[in-house]
Amino acid sequence: MGQVATNFAYLATIIAFILALRFLSSPATARRGNWIGAVGMLIAIGVTFAQNEIMSYWEILVGMAIGGSFGAVAARRVKMTAMPQMVALFNGVGGGAAALISLAEFHNTAPAPGQLHGDISVAIILSALIGSISFAGSMVAFAKLQELIQGRPIVYPGQQLVNGALLAAVLACGIAIVAGAEQQWLMVALILGALLFGVLFVLPIGGADMPVVISLLNAFTGLAAAATGFELENNVLIVSGMLVGASGTFLTVLMGRAMNRSIANVLFGAFGQVSAGAAAAAADTDGGTVRSASADDIAVMLAYAHKVIFVPGYGMAVAQAQHDVRQLADLLEQRGVEVSYAIHPVAGRMPGHMNVLLAEANVPYPQLHEMDESNEEFPRTDVALVIGANDVTNPDARNNQGSPIYGMPILNVDQAQTVVVLKRSMNPGFAGIENPLFLNPKTVMLFGDAKASITDLIAAVKQQ
Amino acid sequence: MSHGLLLSFEVTILVLAIFLGFEVISKVPTLLHTPLMSGTNAIHGIVIVGAMLVAGMGHKDTLTSIVGLVAVVLASANVVGGFVVTDRMLEMFRKREAPPAESPAGAPPQGGDDGTPPPSN
Repeated sequence: MGQVATNFAYLATIIAFILALRFLSSPATARRGNWIGAVGMLIAIGVTFAQNEIMSYWEILVGMAIGGSFGAVAARRVKMTAMPQMVALFNGVGGGAAALISLAEFHNTAPAPGQLHGDISVAIILSALIGSISFAGSMVAFAKLQELIQGRPIVYPGQQLVNGALLAAVLACGIAIVAGAEQQWLMVALILGALLFGVLFVLPIGGADMPVVISLLNAFTGLAAAATGFELENNVLIVSGMLVGASGTFLTVLMGRAMNRSIANVLFGAFGQVSAGAAAAAADTDGGTVRSASADDIAVMLAYAHKVIFVPGYGMAVAQAQHDVRQLADLLEQRGVEVSYAIHPVAGRMPGHMNVLLAEANVPYPQLHEMDESNEEFPRTDVALVIGANDVTNPDARNNQGSPIYGMPILNVDQAQTVVVLKRSMNPGFAGIENPLFLNPKTVMLFGDAKASITDLIAAVKQQ
Repeated sequence: MSHGLLLSFEVTILVLAIFLGFEVISKVPTLLHTPLMSGTNAIHGIVIVGAMLVAGMGHKDTLTSIVGLVAVVLASANVVGGFVVTDRMLEMFRKREAPPAESPAGAPPQGGDDGTPPPSN
């Protein structure tokens, strides 16, 4: 296939990808957009098969059969609650592929010194470096989300120093290669160093900060793909990679803003270690005035309310309670109660996590309200039902300058007439921060697993 | 085309893609941020093009063969998994479920907002 025809065919792919993203601006068209994107990908794959450089096909076909069937099975089987892991995994394999392409490119062009243009070797280095970090980082994120390793930050003294030194060493390898020392071992060292850095860099980041990390790794893989595009002088890779890079960066900034923390603080702050102070504060409240109520009492409040807002958090995902929540909402709607859901941008473990779970439970998406919209509704709400959410409802973020989360935009559930909090126990939330909402006289607690509590509430509302 | 000229075109395309990317993505409602992540995940599966070029090279040594094969495996998992998972997710987003659903007692939709345009973003 000629170069000009190839370029035009790749342009069709680029257009398809841009349309795919454009169609995501509304849930009504989003699915069609995804199909358009998939067709664009098929065009690119077909065109690449027709390239003169491709001399042998069996490796490609075998590789596609293995990878494709793994991807299809994993994507079909995964539960919606496990979606953050799945996104991390697919993110990682993309980064890994980019790094391997660079390794092979370097291996095949480097033996003759001076054959590499400066910009091509920079592209190879960047793609190898960013791709490896993204691969290793995503695998650690996957392991944390899958609870193969603990979600809390893993820290040790001098951690930043070690990470900094490692990154400097990796960059030194890269600079040496660009400067002309085109040695194979330097490239291998660079990739191994970058992999190790990827692991060490995600380990100290806590589970509640995962929305930021996943978005950032998404941006990294996009950048690695764009760098691969420079290395292969291929426009479709440059454009697609940058579209992903822009999207990942956008989400990273958005998530950081939703926590009122800088990206640097999220990445290097090891937020969510249980500090002695927080533990002591937790002990104080044990004697406080936490009111708990029975499912029957709460059912009465819900059944005779005019307006109820559900506030889901990661606890709902862990308990897989989304279907039961929807059932309870249905029951209330049948009684004429107005129901909506308040979704905080960082509730859960990735951007939009709660929306996906509730959509899975067939909640109509017009009922899923964003933070600002919900905050306008709370003052005229009878009951705010908090299901496994904690820090995103903490009034200290508004009032207490000493609180680690001071300044974070929150859902003002305490402006509702009554707040019902479904919680497993009085343990502080992930970040180990005390939540005065639980001591508020308006608040009643219903202790237990979220799913079991919702089931009890359903039974109790039916009795009304 | 000289190498420098080609590079200048590539950088131009890169910069335009950055602006276009931010423009398009800022229109995606927060409701769809997870599908946005997994959809862009699928899009970066485009590295499969590079992986195919490596794996399909003629006269390659063993290292290149192995690396190329693994790269194709990873990239195709990325492509297929990314698009399939995004499709599964987007299928779930509905305004109101279709009438003969499994939910108890077909309660009539209270708001009656079926015909109205989606109030997203």
